[in-house]
Amino acid sequence: MEILIQQLINGLTVGSVYALVALGYTMVYGIIGLINFAHGDVVMVGAMLATTVVLSLVGADPAGMSAWLAVGLALLAAIPTCMAIGWTAERYAYRPLRRAPRLAALITAIGVSFIVQNIAMMVWGRNYLSFPHIIEPMVFQLGEARISLLQLLIIGGAALIMVGLMALVHRTRLGTAMRATAQNREVAGLMGVNINTVISAAFLIGSALAAVAGVMIVTYYGVAQYTMGFMLGLKAFTAAVLGGIGNLGGAMLGGLLLGLIEALGAGYIGDLTNGVFGSNYQDVFSFIVLILVLIFRPSGLLGERVGDRA
Amino acid sequence: MSTMATSKTAGGGQVLLQASGLSKRFGGLQALSEVSFSIRQGDIYGLIGPNGAGKTTLFNVMTGLYVPESGRCEFAGHVLTDYKPHQIAEAGFARTFQNIRLFGNLSALENVMIGRHVRTRAGVLGAVLRNRATRREEEQIEARAYELLEYVGIVERANDIARSLSYGDQRRLEIARALATDPKLLALDEPAAGMNPSETVVLRQLIEKIRGDGITVLLIEHDMKLVMGLCDRVLVLEYGKVLAEGRPAEVQHNPRVIEAYLGAGAAKELGITATQEEQA
Amino acid sequence: MMDAKKKPVPVRVWLGALLIGVVLAVLPFVLGMAGQSWIRTLNFALLYVMLALGLNIVVGFAGLLDLGYIAFYAVGAYVWAMLASPHFGLHLPFWVVMPAGIVLAALFGVLLGFPVLKLRGDYLAIVTLGFGEIIRIFMNNLDAPVNITNGPQGINRVDTFKVGEFVFGRAETFFGIRVTGPEKYYYLLLAVTLLIVFVCVRLQHSRIGRAWEAIREDEIAAKAMGINTRNVKLLAFAMGATFGGVAGGLFASMQGFVSPESFSLTESISVLCMVVLGGMGHIPGVIVGALLLSVFPELLRAVVVPLQQSVFGEVILDPDGIRMLLFGFALVLVMIYRPEGLWPSAVRRRERKMRESQA
Repeated sequence: MEILIQQLINGLTVGSVYALVALGYTMVYGIIGLINFAHGDVVMVGAMLATTVVLSLVGADPAGMSAWLAVGLALLAAIPTCMAIGWTAERYAYRPLRRAPRLAALITAIGVSFIVQNIAMMVWGRNYLSFPHIIEPMVFQLGEARISLLQLLIIGGAALIMVGLMALVHRTRLGTAMRATAQNREVAGLMGVNINTVISAAFLIGSALAAVAGVMIVTYYGVAQYTMGFMLGLKAFTAAVLGGIGNLGGAMLGGLLLGLIEALGAGYIGDLTNGVFGSNYQDVFSFIVLILVLIFRPSGLLGERVGDRA
Repeated sequence: MSTMATSKTAGGGQVLLQASGLSKRFGGLQALSEVSFSIRQGDIYGLIGPNGAGKTTLFNVMTGLYVPESGRCEFAGHVLTDYKPHQIAEAGFARTFQNIRLFGNLSALENVMIGRHVRTRAGVLGAVLRNRATRREEEQIEARAYELLEYVGIVERANDIARSLSYGDQRRLEIARALATDPKLLALDEPAAGMNPSETVVLRQLIEKIRGDGITVLLIEHDMKLVMGLCDRVLVLEYGKVLAEGRPAEVQHNPRVIEAYLGAGAAKELGITATQEEQA
Repeated sequence: MMDAKKKPVPVRVWLGALLIGVVLAVLPFVLGMAGQSWIRTLNFALLYVMLALGLNIVVGFAGLLDLGYIAFYAVGAYVWAMLASPHFGLHLPFWVVMPAGIVLAALFGVLLGFPVLKLRGDYLAIVTLGFGEIIRIFMNNLDAPVNITNGPQGINRVDTFKVGEFVFGRAETFFGIRVTGPEKYYYLLLAVTLLIVFVCVRLQHSRIGRAWEAIREDEIAAKAMGINTRNVKLLAFAMGATFGGVAGGLFASMQGFVSPESFSLTESISVLCMVVLGGMGHIPGVIVGALLLSVFPELLRAVVVPLQQSVFGEVILDPDGIRMLLFGFALVLVMIYRPEGLWPSAVRRRERKMRESQA
């Protein structure tokens, strides 16, 4: 039972990160119908940049700087950078293809992903970067299970951000414009909504969330590498689809759910299969979830049924 | 033209298609309720109704694109409502589309050749080996395609890209392609839409020619003159229900049909009352 | 009324073909003068041509975006490695192992195809990507509890291709001319490539090829014309997978070593890049795309490494990184400015003209 609660905590932590990244996917997909393959790599850049910043601030003198300050500065560096990448990709790679068939945009997104990944490789090399242990390893007891300060921060931070995003989408003019554009782009344009601004905003917000997610991931796992974006992106995309692509609540739900599935699966798979399959098959879970959802319930948990008409 | 009388008596064979109790709903909307009718071999059968009456829904149910909640559609011994679209074509029920769905970037000839797919057999082995049987089949496919293009009157455009054809020619190409499947029943979804009067006359002659060659025709149309002049029997739908069914002259004088098109009270104003037959 | 197909082939086409034939025949010896590694590059280029042609059937002919195509290459390679190496102690002859690899690859093709048939374009792409990765993860992990694939270490000392006593991997002397292993492999790969080209051309101009085109143009209309789209799509997957499997087997025998690293998503995307850049659906275009994108990185490496060393004293920019970076840019630029590829088919050229006239 303790293991269960522990896995739940771990799952919620990772799931919160997935949720933040999934929100980026779902916003973009909801508005322009594009699977932004490069989104995961934006998360990676956030993680790598944050690590570099913290390393250079703290490297010489681990005790000298407050952890909060270091992470804060890391965020300050990561968020605008990621937003810039997202904005540039939209402006120069995706905007020209707005009227093109979906496959063309998807292939382009793959190209952008390659570009971002390989620039990162050339900047930071192929090696893993280690995030220094500056966050206090404070731990709280929950019965037999333990939750660390970091986990609390991640879950709490993500929750706050998600509340903020919902407020933005439902209470501000920009949010209304975004929802309108997602429903019917042409008519929204005719009603005076500046489509380009709305789409750019979606990318900017999504990339900002990606930056935060990147910082969270690297502080939690302690390492970052230029290839980490791919798996993470795919899992977050799975989460978005699981919850119902295009649906913000769905992305959040899907993210948390996927985190839980992964944690529980990794935790119990050894027992379930008598040691045949170990936790190194963890990544396969996400893929299997993705494939099953897309085949059997492509609209996801909270999405609308997508029909096919002649 | 008094050829009308002869073409009307030319039809009226055995029942080829029998629809019973077809119902289809989309969410809260009941698009079809208990629609039943039968088409006899050799007929030209018309399907009319105001916009939103459910004509295209009925069409799509019959051709396997939608699955009805209840009801059956039987055709030449097959139960169409159990079939997928390609099986329906194989059974001999061919269709055209309201919005013209040609293979736009292929030539007119290639479009019709694809129509022959369902009646030919060459597979991967035949394709790679090009044995005598395959070569002969390919020659036949091409020859028949040319024949059909000639039949509908656009053979000089055979090697032109389908997308570049004029609207009227595209419609005729779609008909040629559907004929390539050797159908028993050819269903045309608003073939006269967007045509001017002279094009409509040509279309009408083509449809009569098709019927004369033994193919039963089902026609959805808005053009009343075409329907009333051409069809042997007509089915009128309104709000997904059958409003009237019968010969064009009977249907034209049915007060409920008149009201559906012209508004309540119109029948009275025009002095038209139901005959004994229709009140039954 | 029957058209141009029946005219006799003009003389200059025969001359051109002869010229190409001569070039192809002596190519390895010419390249060999620059170094054996160039022949190896050429051999890999031929493998990529095979892969690109296989993927072309799925993506170019049938219009299905498969991002996990490399999985079939992996299956073909591993089957060869498992049946013809010390790993299980089996050293079966090529006429057992090749067909086994082909059959298994085709089977995987159908297995992959079944669930994805109803999916829309982008979802289909993601699911196929997922499958490709699943296969790689399994290859990487099936070394415990039962050692099937030997995990990340891969399988080595794989048997080379052998026809009777004629061994392809070893150098030999014929009539006084010394022929190396890679040179021998070149002719084998060339022969298989030409065979694959032949099959693709035949398929394209056949009833099946037309059915694929119909599905790509308008699937609903295709169904209404009686085409069993499910089976036809499965056929596309199976054919593409078959070619991938053949290439995989040849790869394993030539390289002598297989490991999961060679079958990553990057490879799938590279092959896709070749098809897209070359001209989707157009066989000559795809061949050119494959040759360009497999040879160019090697040329780049040969230039960039010495250049950086002479200027900076060390290699700052990893040539692999540059290669993938350029691939990325190529994909983006091609999609924006010339989506029909460098050498498009007639159908695609028409699409382009349509687009331009509407713009």
